[in-house]
Amino acid sequence: MSLNSSRHGSSAGARKLKQLLVKSVLAGVVANGLFAVTSSQAASHIAVTDKEVVVGQLHSSTGTMAISETGAIEAEQLAISQINAMGGVLGRKIRVIQEDGASDWPTFAEKAKKLLESDHVAAIFGCWTSASRKAVLPVLERDNGLLYYPTFYEGLEQSKNVVYTGQEATQQVFAGLDWVAKTKNAKTFYLIGSDYIWPRTTMKLARKYIETVLHGKIVGEEYAALGSTEFGSTINKIRLKKPDVIYAAVVGGSNVSWFKQLKAAGINGKNQTLLTLSVTEDEAKGIGGENLVGFYSAMKYFESLNTPENKKFVSQFHAKWGANAPIGDVTQAAYEGPWLWKKAVEMAGSFDTDKVVKAEESGTITFQAPEGLIYLEPNHHLKTKLRIGEWEANGQAKIVYTSDYIMPNPYPKGY
Amino acid sequence: MKALGMILGGKRGAMDLLVIAALIFVVFPLGLDIFRLNLVGKYLTFAYCAVGLVMLWGYGGILSLGQGVFFGIGGYCMAMFLKLEASDPISTAHQTTPGIPDFMDWNQVTQLPIFWEPFHSFIFTLLAIVAIPALVAYIIGVSMFKRRVSGVYFSIITQAIAAIVTILVVGQQGFTGGINGITDLKTLHGWNINTDFAKYVLYFVNGVLLLLSIVLSKLVLSTKLGRLLLALRDKEDRVRFSGYDVANFKVFVFCLAAVISAIGGAMFTLQVGFMSPSIIGIVPSIEMVIFAAIGGRMSLVGAIYGALLVNYGKTAFSESFPTLWLFFMGLLFIGVVMVFPDGLSGLYKTHVEPRLRQILRKQGKKTVSSKTSIEKAGA
Amino acid sequence: MDGYSLSDLFSIVVMQGFSGLSLFSVLLLMALGLAIIFGQMGVINMAHGEFMTIGAYTIYLTSKFTESYLPSFMPYYFIAAILASFVIAFGAGYLLEFLLIRHLYKRPLDTLLATWGLSLILQQVFRSAFGAREVSATLPDWLMGSWKPTPSIDIPLNGLFVMAMSILVTGLVGLFLFKSKWGLKVRATTQNRIMAGAVGINTKMVDRVTFAIGCGIAGVAGACFTTIASTGPTSGSLYIVDTFLVVVFGGTASLFGTIASAFSIAQAQSILTFFLTNAMGKVVTLLTIIAILMMRPEGLLRSKVRR
Repeated sequence: MSLNSSRHGSSAGARKLKQLLVKSVLAGVVANGLFAVTSSQAASHIAVTDKEVVVGQLHSSTGTMAISETGAIEAEQLAISQINAMGGVLGRKIRVIQEDGASDWPTFAEKAKKLLESDHVAAIFGCWTSASRKAVLPVLERDNGLLYYPTFYEGLEQSKNVVYTGQEATQQVFAGLDWVAKTKNAKTFYLIGSDYIWPRTTMKLARKYIETVLHGKIVGEEYAALGSTEFGSTINKIRLKKPDVIYAAVVGGSNVSWFKQLKAAGINGKNQTLLTLSVTEDEAKGIGGENLVGFYSAMKYFESLNTPENKKFVSQFHAKWGANAPIGDVTQAAYEGPWLWKKAVEMAGSFDTDKVVKAEESGTITFQAPEGLIYLEPNHHLKTKLRIGEWEANGQAKIVYTSDYIMPNPYPKGY
Repeated sequence: MKALGMILGGKRGAMDLLVIAALIFVVFPLGLDIFRLNLVGKYLTFAYCAVGLVMLWGYGGILSLGQGVFFGIGGYCMAMFLKLEASDPISTAHQTTPGIPDFMDWNQVTQLPIFWEPFHSFIFTLLAIVAIPALVAYIIGVSMFKRRVSGVYFSIITQAIAAIVTILVVGQQGFTGGINGITDLKTLHGWNINTDFAKYVLYFVNGVLLLLSIVLSKLVLSTKLGRLLLALRDKEDRVRFSGYDVANFKVFVFCLAAVISAIGGAMFTLQVGFMSPSIIGIVPSIEMVIFAAIGGRMSLVGAIYGALLVNYGKTAFSESFPTLWLFFMGLLFIGVVMVFPDGLSGLYKTHVEPRLRQILRKQGKKTVSSKTSIEKAGA
Repeated sequence: MDGYSLSDLFSIVVMQGFSGLSLFSVLLLMALGLAIIFGQMGVINMAHGEFMTIGAYTIYLTSKFTESYLPSFMPYYFIAAILASFVIAFGAGYLLEFLLIRHLYKRPLDTLLATWGLSLILQQVFRSAFGAREVSATLPDWLMGSWKPTPSIDIPLNGLFVMAMSILVTGLVGLFLFKSKWGLKVRATTQNRIMAGAVGINTKMVDRVTFAIGCGIAGVAGACFTTIASTGPTSGSLYIVDTFLVVVFGGTASLFGTIASAFSIAQAQSILTFFLTNAMGKVVTLLTIIAILMMRPEGLLRSKVRR
């Protein structure tokens, strides 16, 4: 800014202007510093009136992740509209501000910040990938926000500001491996996943469990680059090793390629046991049911679940979003988010984050979800059951096994 | 003082700089709350790349579609330093191997990789932010320009490099944090970078560095080198036949653009609080070109306006139309290329400036308006 | 590799060889359209991936249509759908050239930006029209499954199909470029636009048709890939990186460069993936490409055209 005093350095006008600039900059910093203090206090003042409370919804409606996150968006909106029809939360109707994370992690952080600092939302229902959650987490902790996160994930995390309505890895892995070892008499396993944190952590747990508890053998462990569409060589390797079970956690577009190429290579449900952790009804729609017949998924929920609660939920979901909309595990878990939040808020008698968190951590919140009765444990995860589904040609899974309730254990000892 | 005036591009150039300085240092801080101001700070980090591209593309005639790589090098260097500081043995005590970054522990890495070690030092980190991109750009530049690779072919190779680097960073997650990036950064030498006060300080540091890079670029352009750059953009062969080694100039400006981008990357990490592989690949690299194109590819200051406008558009469109905003962005890009090939600065020069001058001339006779006093001060 | 019988190993070698060839044909089919447009016209079409998606959705729509109205036609619809995807992508490309590209020939770098904007718009169009979720076309049975020449060898039929299509399309392009009158005009225009115009070639028409053919081939590629990969609004962006790598690595000016490059990348990746892991195989391949590009920035085969 030295150019102020460049040629007419002596001119009075310039000097005045410079003084003015310096003053106003200083004033700006000070004033905004003050505002900032008040506004960060206001962050705990949640946008709630006598009639209305504002919540945020933060998923990717554009970019590569929109494929997966659409179901979660729809389920959360369904739950919120149902809650509003019942009179809302603490007598307030819920108003949703929807933001697009655009499958880009810095954007997720930016939008979370916007929801918390500009809109002062009472809670955020959102995120799908671990990467987006990791990006949002520091923002939540700084601004003391609440996030309801619907995806099954790798664990190793327990934030005061997050409720994890999907399963953490131990809930999804152990019971499924027990089942496959017992019913299929499996001794040898081939592990394959996409190359990022969730499959890597999950496979680490699986390897230890197979080797120490099941006394089985891992004959191969392999990770495919994210977005990889070529599995020819990998399939040949599997063929060479002839494992009893292929244990798979391939995600995204790769998932479709993986199953189509398996089928084309003559590996199918009739001649090979395959248990996957990453195929829900949403993925099945993209892969095509005929390419999945006879393979198994380990999930806490399947659309075909035959209970009155689930039938009601499925018909409501289809009435709102069309009869062809698939309902996967994450979609159902996302549906639980607003309901659990409602219960916690009503228990706390307040929208205040700290009070709601205290209610969540009381260990007494339960909810009759489509998947059955669920328990919100003090460690912010849900106590649920695990189910094994066998895929059929119409893209639905037949439930062949249901476990007992499994306690969530995000930091497993010895793994 | 006269020399300084020349460097800044005379009266007009100085005034442009002054206006943008006033905008960054006065108008935004006064008009925006800290959340929005922090966003502007983030947009301005992309403006570094756009400034680099104006030098490279506008003046040098070389379009790099891999500037995200250099932005990423700067950002990752800074993130590595901050992550090491955040991963002290006490706060990582619950890990299998305490004292290493959390993502390494998740990926069964049990020892800090050797190339992470020097990033314990802040001085080394600062040097690395400048030196590594310069070195990478030098290697790429020499191997391309010495063989007279140019034009579209150079662009597409740099794009391929950006793609490959992204795949490598995402794939080597034990060393780089993979698709998650390097997250949860907390302090810089014990100074918490997430407080509102820190965000203010970082915003102003960012603004000052950005204007300094513009002044530096103008300095380069005001030398003989600058004129040669323009000459070789227009008639490369003639410059070569005059006895100059054309490749060296190109390598130099490529390195310069790389270093400027890397500084932006480092400031990005500091202001956003983490570094992600999603901003080093093909998509962000093209977006950076679009910032420069929208600002006007020959205008260093325009690059800032371009970055601000596009990013503001992105934020505003996506907040109002979370499911349809891509339509608007696509149309904006096509519109600028088809209708306003010289970007905002071209628009300003052909439409706004002549009229502004008329108004000023009329008013100048009657009263001394605030505009003219700024002009005087700027001169 | 102890503990395996000789016949097992033989089967694996055969299947592994096939998987390399199959990847080669995938890469070639992907890159061909882009290589033609870039090689002949110097235009970078950033919406190439989206043209592939157009092909994929054409297959999906045709399969849905056939299923509801002409169920007996199901075993054969795929062939008709591939032709349809060429026609639709060709038409879209023709229109795009007319509306956008032809105004930008003097500014090749600007076409890149404009087509990038277009690709954003197209992705959103797909999302609005077909929903954000992936879809899956019902493929005819003769395409799915494997051919067993011996009990232990399985050759994927969809791989064979993509290979056949790849050979067919490459052959047709070769014939078109080097044996037809049109091809002569295209090559003449590439080598010297002004002279070509002077001898009475309608260079504008040549440009438009060349561009449209490149887009049409992208459509065919996208259609074929529904047998091995996903169909969704962003499916095209999965291929775009590989596509660019093949074209760049090949040295853009010749069809043979593209073929050589697709072949060497495919073989390297396929073999490395077998002996290392899937992700590491890709990493080593990419590092090798970078190293070779640094030493030979003009790609495997250099252009013979003076610039």
